[in-house]
Amino acid sequence: MSKKAVPSADPKDEAACASAGSPAAAPINALLPNEGKIELHRKMVRIRRFEERSLRAYQSKKIGGFLHLYIGQEAVAVGCCSLMGPNDHVITAYRDHAHAIAVGMDTKALMAELYGKITGCSKGKGGSMHYFAPSLNYWGGHGIVGGQIPLGTGLAYAVKYRKLKGAAMAFMGDGAVNQGAVHEAYNLAALWNLPVVFVVENNGYSMGTSQDRSSAGPGLAQRAEAYGMNWGTCFGHDVYEVRATMDKFLTLAREKNLPSVVEIDTYRYRGHSVADPDKTYRTREEIEDYRRTKDPIQVFQAALLAEGVLTEALAEQINAEAVAEAELAAEFAEASPFPSVDDIQKDVYWEVDNPSQRTSQGRLFFD
Amino acid sequence: MAVLTYREAIRAALAEELARDENVVLLGEEVAQFHGAYKVSEGLLEKFGPDRIVDTPISEAGFIGMGVGASMLGIRPVMELMFWSFYSVAFDQILNNAANVRYMSGGLINCPIVIRGPANGGTNVGATHSHTPENVLANHPGVKVIVPATARDAKGLLKSAIRDNDPCFFLENTILYGEKGEVPDTEELIPLGLADVKRTGTDLTIVTYGRCVLHSLAAAEILEKDHDISVEVVDLRTIRPLDFDTVLASVKKTHRVLIVEEQKPFASVGSQLAYMIQREAFDELDGPIHRLATIDAPAIYSPPVETEQLPNVPRVLKAALAAVA
Repeated sequence: MSKKAVPSADPKDEAACASAGSPAAAPINALLPNEGKIELHRKMVRIRRFEERSLRAYQSKKIGGFLHLYIGQEAVAVGCCSLMGPNDHVITAYRDHAHAIAVGMDTKALMAELYGKITGCSKGKGGSMHYFAPSLNYWGGHGIVGGQIPLGTGLAYAVKYRKLKGAAMAFMGDGAVNQGAVHEAYNLAALWNLPVVFVVENNGYSMGTSQDRSSAGPGLAQRAEAYGMNWGTCFGHDVYEVRATMDKFLTLAREKNLPSVVEIDTYRYRGHSVADPDKTYRTREEIEDYRRTKDPIQVFQAALLAEGVLTEALAEQINAEAVAEAELAAEFAEASPFPSVDDIQKDVYWEVDNPSQRTSQGRLFFD
Repeated sequence: MAVLTYREAIRAALAEELARDENVVLLGEEVAQFHGAYKVSEGLLEKFGPDRIVDTPISEAGFIGMGVGASMLGIRPVMELMFWSFYSVAFDQILNNAANVRYMSGGLINCPIVIRGPANGGTNVGATHSHTPENVLANHPGVKVIVPATARDAKGLLKSAIRDNDPCFFLENTILYGEKGEVPDTEELIPLGLADVKRTGTDLTIVTYGRCVLHSLAAAEILEKDHDISVEVVDLRTIRPLDFDTVLASVKKTHRVLIVEEQKPFASVGSQLAYMIQREAFDELDGPIHRLATIDAPAIYSPPVETEQLPNVPRVLKAALAAVA
């Protein structure tokens, strides 16, 4: 686990982020209507059941390549994406299923993508690590550790250039913070006051290497100080806390073009990918302990039951619907056709896909 | 027609496109206050202001990646690399992100970025600053690669590249920046993927691009005068898309081919051309396809020897005589 477990560092600009008391009491949560709270819960459950179903499909060899599961981290993506306004944008790395569902992508298209089908969100051309939905301000889904962070900075640049009030959330794992491109992006964001929140989802392990064995210094978010950026930390098992913390930093980005780094302490129950036997670098007890005490879905369900927002019956109904949705997605994926060989060379060039508007000449493909 | 230097022609293309479309921005190291390391962008900051002409830190992976991200949202960034040699520190952003994002999103995302800067040897700056990566770039489906030889081509092709919706990599040449040429006074858009026969001839086709076009034209003059050999010089101008029809038509006319390129020979642009010519015009050839490339070693520093490492007029002459022998 992360060594950072310290209270949130408040941004230097206090005026923009006044909040006090428990995360549930923060205005961003307290003002949320019951239906909004239930929706947060429903999203987390839908993500969990989708991924559990995808794991079964992977084990029965319906899915190729890698499958990086988010199970255990759901409150992070759901909490962050629930704060998105019309000009806010999201980009993440290859553990990207949850963010896709959180922004509203259709689970049928997501499952079909895993199956490599033409009905997939990327027509079977991207796979698990490369989900995109520009119409939902979701820019992927990127396979190279840290490679998406300059892109996220560019989204923020575009928002600012257009003089829109919005922010980009650029997600990465704790392993990405040691990539040079991440630091270059930090520098640019701080230098040019770009509206971006860099979100470090710290699940404790960069693949199989713990934070202690990979990252120098007192904490991952604190590296923001080197660039004069605001930073903060919070626990990621409590969706209220994620929202309360991220709301502060998103507000600073949207209102004042102040970038920041937020490190969210979370945990994945499964291996780095499904191919990871997960037996060499952590104990079963560690996983079970987190699952028992900090499972984000259980924690939030208990909170909503205590608030009287959720009933046991409704919780069971949400779960049953999520199971059914995942099953339906798998059936849809199974029934869908694969892309054809002729599809391989589509979606490579805009010009080829829009032949009536082509201005170039000559051969674009070779054999 | 006005006579402009290659540098001025590029600057004019930038100025016209910046004026035409407010989504166009120019970013790069020293492009604004310093007026560009090679003075290409001189005057643009004063004309278009600091929101459009932006000095970046020395941080190619960061700022090129940022440009790619901004282009996904519809900005049309023109990113200057002080040298294309520095593409290696931004390789992931250029060839994983820019080249692949349209494909991996199933066609949902465009990346209308232009990355431009000089890519050449011959200036005694050693191996790190003398790369000519057009073959490496063109190896990636999804991208377009342009290597102009003249002022007119540089202007007309850059304007087309800026308006293109696919990522365009525009490779200039520090030695050509001062070369003058006629440029039309009226707006000219030269389509990408259209080769230009810079000299017509009947005995030998030289297929080339970039600065080697000038060497080839000079050699062709000598071949005509001293050897009575009529050389056709085909300037590809764009590597991908590739105007192979013009190459084929010339080969069918002359039946002999020399490819001249400032490239290391292994897996170069010429390698691909030679394959295509033999595959599609085998029966037209009266002899093997010849090639002149950079001598296969990292770029040497030693000034007089570097001249010999690269294609030059005497080397083209020698190679041409061998090709028609």
